Amino acid sequence: MGQTIIEKILSSHSGGPAYANDIVVARVDFVMGQDGTAPLAVRAFHEMGGTEVFDRERVAFVIDHSAPSPNEGVSALHKLMREFSREKGFRLFDIGDGVCHQLIPESGEVGPGCLVIGADSHTCTYGALNAFSTGVGSTDLAGGLISGRMWFKVPETVKFVCNGKLQPGVYSKDLILYLIGEVTADGATYMAAEYVGEAVSAMSQEARFTIANMAVEMGAKAGLMEADDKTFAWLRRFTGRNFAPVAADPDAVYARVLEYDVSGLEPQVAKPHRVDNVAPLSEVAGKPVQQAVIGTCTNGRLEDLRIAAGILGGRKVHRDVRLIVAPASRRVFLDAMAEGIIQSLVEAGAAVVTPGCGPCVGTHNGVPSDGETVISTANRNFKGRMGNSNAEIYLASPAAVAASALTGKITDPREFIQ
Amino acid sequence: MRFSGKAHKFGNDVNTDYIISGKYKFKTLDMKELAKHVMEDLDPRFYEKVSPGDFIVAGSNFGCGSSREQAPLAIKCAGVGAVLAKSFARIFYRNAINTGLPVVECDTGLIDPGDELEVDLAAGIIANKTKNVEIPVKPLPPVMIKILNDGGLAGHFRKYGGFNFN
Repeated sequence: MGQTIIEKILSSHSGGPAYANDIVVARVDFVMGQDGTAPLAVRAFHEMGGTEVFDRERVAFVIDHSAPSPNEGVSALHKLMREFSREKGFRLFDIGDGVCHQLIPESGEVGPGCLVIGADSHTCTYGALNAFSTGVGSTDLAGGLISGRMWFKVPETVKFVCNGKLQPGVYSKDLILYLIGEVTADGATYMAAEYVGEAVSAMSQEARFTIANMAVEMGAKAGLMEADDKTFAWLRRFTGRNFAPVAADPDAVYARVLEYDVSGLEPQVAKPHRVDNVAPLSEVAGKPVQQAVIGTCTNGRLEDLRIAAGILGGRKVHRDVRLIVAPASRRVFLDAMAEGIIQSLVEAGAAVVTPGCGPCVGTHNGVPSDGETVISTANRNFKGRMGNSNAEIYLASPAAVAASALTGKITDPREFIQ
Repeated sequence: MRFSGKAHKFGNDVNTDYIISGKYKFKTLDMKELAKHVMEDLDPRFYEKVSPGDFIVAGSNFGCGSSREQAPLAIKCAGVGAVLAKSFARIFYRNAINTGLPVVECDTGLIDPGDELEVDLAAGIIANKTKNVEIPVKPLPPVMIKILNDGGLAGHFRKYGGFNFN
């Protein structure tokens, strides 16, 4: 019987054929925790009788959610993480290194066919590298740290076939927002999503990460793509390892197959306070914004900053708008500096903050005030998400956020793209 | 496990940011402190109103969003006996079982705010005392029953040194 991508990866990691709804205990290739989840995992590690991590080379902690620490409570938790990683002898990415979902792919540890668990819901991002990666909680993370294994109910798969060609000014972010609006926040609960079709093939590897990253916003366990030349070219920048691509069989069984023609897609936004509250940007164009955020694990990569700089370069951010830019990693930051992107953004009026998650998760680096409206490239717009439940958050592409920062109101980026 | 208490009703897609906001959860591992802010963005007085053994009753996709385990832990620490919902987001569901917060899938349309409920987890029965109806429960998968019976995943690991579902 044919298998989906996730069925194949769970088969190869559990030592037998795995099909949807089977329960398997699978070997994991990499285990990651961040500063919002790792401290509880350290506590669970001890409660579970853990002594050493299963493999020092296959474990990492990342300090990114409040980096650098904004208060003494956070500092104590960071210290706990540093001490634990030093004692157990595994790698810790500290403040300034970047967002976990940029760092783990950049580390070269993850590629096609791998199985990764991370104590962060957006761990599904690495599905863009043809890996099954998924978010878990702290206790599951501790179980993974100790045993190098995790139990799974093999998910069914929903396949999104994206035909056609995205128009200039319309990006992978617009497409994934549109798809989430179509299937809603629980449209793929405990399913794997597979994204295929000519529109996905045409995307850069960086653009693909944006789609996989937001799979969890439709409830999905994973957001998977096939590997192609672009995938391997991207990986070669970071590792010499060989990975065998995993493709679904032609007779694989899907829970649903959804087909879309993306050629007519306009720029999209997710309106407050739900990620699936999606509308064409034109519906809310003109709404004043006081803060604009470019960054996060969704859209903080070099290509995103390049697109933003293409719009902001040589212009000035509107006087009533704060523009906050957080490159996804130190590497992205350095590359963006070398290309002159950071220069353009800062000259335009951007405040560049330490690579990290702060502005997205409401810990620091840009908490909005009561009654303010924010447009952001992040993946969540829940009430209070950015640290103030009396603010409103719109989600959009880096181009739309850049254009809105210039005009002071939600703006179609195509006004600035020749 | 049997619980009796009052229903506190919420809607669909209650995400983990609403259960415990990021602005609090990154600062401390003290769940008693976090419990004071449980559900704050949906009902600022929830912590004052909830009595030990009461129930959070919600629609579909409860616990969507972030993987923060502080969400089930803070709910438990606030004294909530169990969460009843039409469906749960998967990460939250796993986290709840791993940490020993009872989560029950059932038709919560049969429950109104303030209804007095009696939940018998072993028997899989919810009695709505106010409405005098019994609500059937979707049983937990056997793997999760095993983890719960072992006292959560920590208990399971202490017992077996790893995963053991045979």
